[in-house]
Amino acid sequence: MSTTILAPQLLEQATASASAAAPEALRTQRAAGAREFERLGLPTTKVEDWHYTSVASLADTKFVPMTGNATDLTIEQLAPYRFSTSWPTLVFVNGVHAPSLSNIGELPDGIRVMPLAQAVSELGDVVARQLGSYAPADRDGFTALNASFLGEGAVVHVAKEMVIDMPVHLLFVTTDHGVGGMQHPRVLLVAERHAKASVIESWVGLTDGVYFSNPVTEVLVEDGATLNHLKVQREGRNAFHVGTIEARQGRDSHYVSFCFSTGAQLSRSNVYTVLDGEGCGTTLNGLTMLDGEQHGDVQTRIEHAKPQCFSRQIYKSVLDDTSHGVFNGKVFVQSIAQQTDGKQTNNTLLLSKTAQVDAKPQLEIFADDVKCTHGATVGQIDRNSLFYMKSRGIDEDTSRQLLTYAFAADVLETIENETIRDELERVSRRRFTSSAD
Amino acid sequence: MLEIRDLHAAVDGTPILKGISLTVNAGEVHAVMGPNGSGKSTLAQVLAGHPAYEITSGEILYQGENLAEMDAEVRAQAGVFLAFQYPVEIPGVSNAYFLRAAYNAKLKAQGLDEVDPMEFLDLVEEQLKLVDMDPAMLHRSVNAGFSGGEKKRNEILQMAVLKPTLAILDETDSGLDIDALRIVANGVNALRRPENATIVVTHYQRLLNYIVPDHVHVLAGGRIVKSGGKELALELEARGYDWLLEAVA
Repeated sequence: MSTTILAPQLLEQATASASAAAPEALRTQRAAGAREFERLGLPTTKVEDWHYTSVASLADTKFVPMTGNATDLTIEQLAPYRFSTSWPTLVFVNGVHAPSLSNIGELPDGIRVMPLAQAVSELGDVVARQLGSYAPADRDGFTALNASFLGEGAVVHVAKEMVIDMPVHLLFVTTDHGVGGMQHPRVLLVAERHAKASVIESWVGLTDGVYFSNPVTEVLVEDGATLNHLKVQREGRNAFHVGTIEARQGRDSHYVSFCFSTGAQLSRSNVYTVLDGEGCGTTLNGLTMLDGEQHGDVQTRIEHAKPQCFSRQIYKSVLDDTSHGVFNGKVFVQSIAQQTDGKQTNNTLLLSKTAQVDAKPQLEIFADDVKCTHGATVGQIDRNSLFYMKSRGIDEDTSRQLLTYAFAADVLETIENETIRDELERVSRRRFTSSAD
Repeated sequence: MLEIRDLHAAVDGTPILKGISLTVNAGEVHAVMGPNGSGKSTLAQVLAGHPAYEITSGEILYQGENLAEMDAEVRAQAGVFLAFQYPVEIPGVSNAYFLRAAYNAKLKAQGLDEVDPMEFLDLVEEQLKLVDMDPAMLHRSVNAGFSGGEKKRNEILQMAVLKPTLAILDETDSGLDIDALRIVANGVNALRRPENATIVVTHYQRLLNYIVPDHVHVLAGGRIVKSGGKELALELEARGYDWLLEAVA
């Protein structure tokens, strides 16, 4: 059977985008993206990395590029998704940057937060050269498709030794005007030597209609830098979301990623990093909470390319109804990467008999002096715990909520920023409020 | 307060309780003793409403109402409390949060206003002294990583906060050293009121030196084979259970 879905409708759109007017730097990349998409198409479940996630229904749906109509959105409607109104925030509505809803504020010299188009026109080659170098268009069909539409998105650039305490928030919102549309934003995050920054990428759907988000985020964490990167996926219930994050890390750097996913009918989050300098490390954590018929797939790939690096992963899923969760965590250790220290944990809580999880740790180790462990568990709400709580007068629903929250609590506690942590704890507590057995 | 009439109960289809009748009045302390496997823990679990135990016949009246028809949480809200033989660990839920949720559930059932975290901390601080517990324990996860003695003290703390009308202590003495036993027993005694009743389920007479019962019942093979005053416990301590088992055989 074929490993490729051709998706002619998407290809037609990609080809049109590649031949449309665009700045020179983007035009070349768009053409390469369209070419690669034609070659790669979309993956079938015969492709190992897509074994548990079928994108056939996505390929069958006709999408048109979103045009950014924001007339049905007020700043008040965004408030529940902002975390803090004082943080530098770039808002994108229906695929296009919305200046009137954004608020960058005063940033110190050396810290740039701007829409991609502005970055390309102001910084030119500096940005253009980096785009596609961490997430090349020939990686897979979705990244190629994203490249063919290169234009919308954001750049966060933190110059060497700069420290920005406030998180930068990139908020992508889809409303009823975006229904039937697709968006392919590209985000570039750069933390130069010894810089420290924190970036939130939010995906929010304020519609029950069908749309498709296909973002690609490229991350460079230079020597000694620390980047906290939180992805909050709260797409609409019928949305498709396929997002890829590709990071490259320098010596003694630390890339900290948290992937919080509760939305979309079908979601896939790829988090890939290359530990490309001695002594660097990565922490990839996440929490997925699904119900109904949702399908959520998280794939991580950590490439240990230099000695003495560490990687830590904790991914948890809470699955209700007939939802389906997938976790595939790959750790590659190159032969040169001695004294690698890797740890991966994946825990799933099934709230119903019909929810399903597929978890696949994958370690490929070519060095001989390494410490790599992985563990996966799948469980249900413990009957004894439930009875214990009920015997104290706490009703069944509240007991289940508390136990569900308790399961998720320790991974949420790894979020450093208190405002974000409190808010996501609140969202998690409410997620299964009306859950029945 | 509690009237058990010819109670039969089974777990997974296996009969465990085979006709228990017991009346507990307000102000009384009843000790239920018996060898392992006699059904005494089952009786405690059945009274608290554990779903794994099925009442096959007989009835339980609590304050005139049919206890068997109430869910576990409704029983608790109505004043029934079981101190577990093996308190459950709940990582991720703080003791303070858990206790307040339980306390508020009871207030809500009584149609009263719930208390906020600050009010609750004031209230619980008093009760901590009763069981000689460090306030820091409130901020740890429920029973997670607690020693055996700490878990049992935590049960009595919950009892002190919830102020049950009918308290059932299921082998609360098991695994306790003498100091912890005294603390736990003092806590239970301090909570005794003329309007409350306590059922102490135990294998050993030792606990009854500290919590002095009005009535002692011996359970064997799922039935009460002998009832008496506190002196019966001393007799059991001296002679063991065998003479009773032989007598009923």
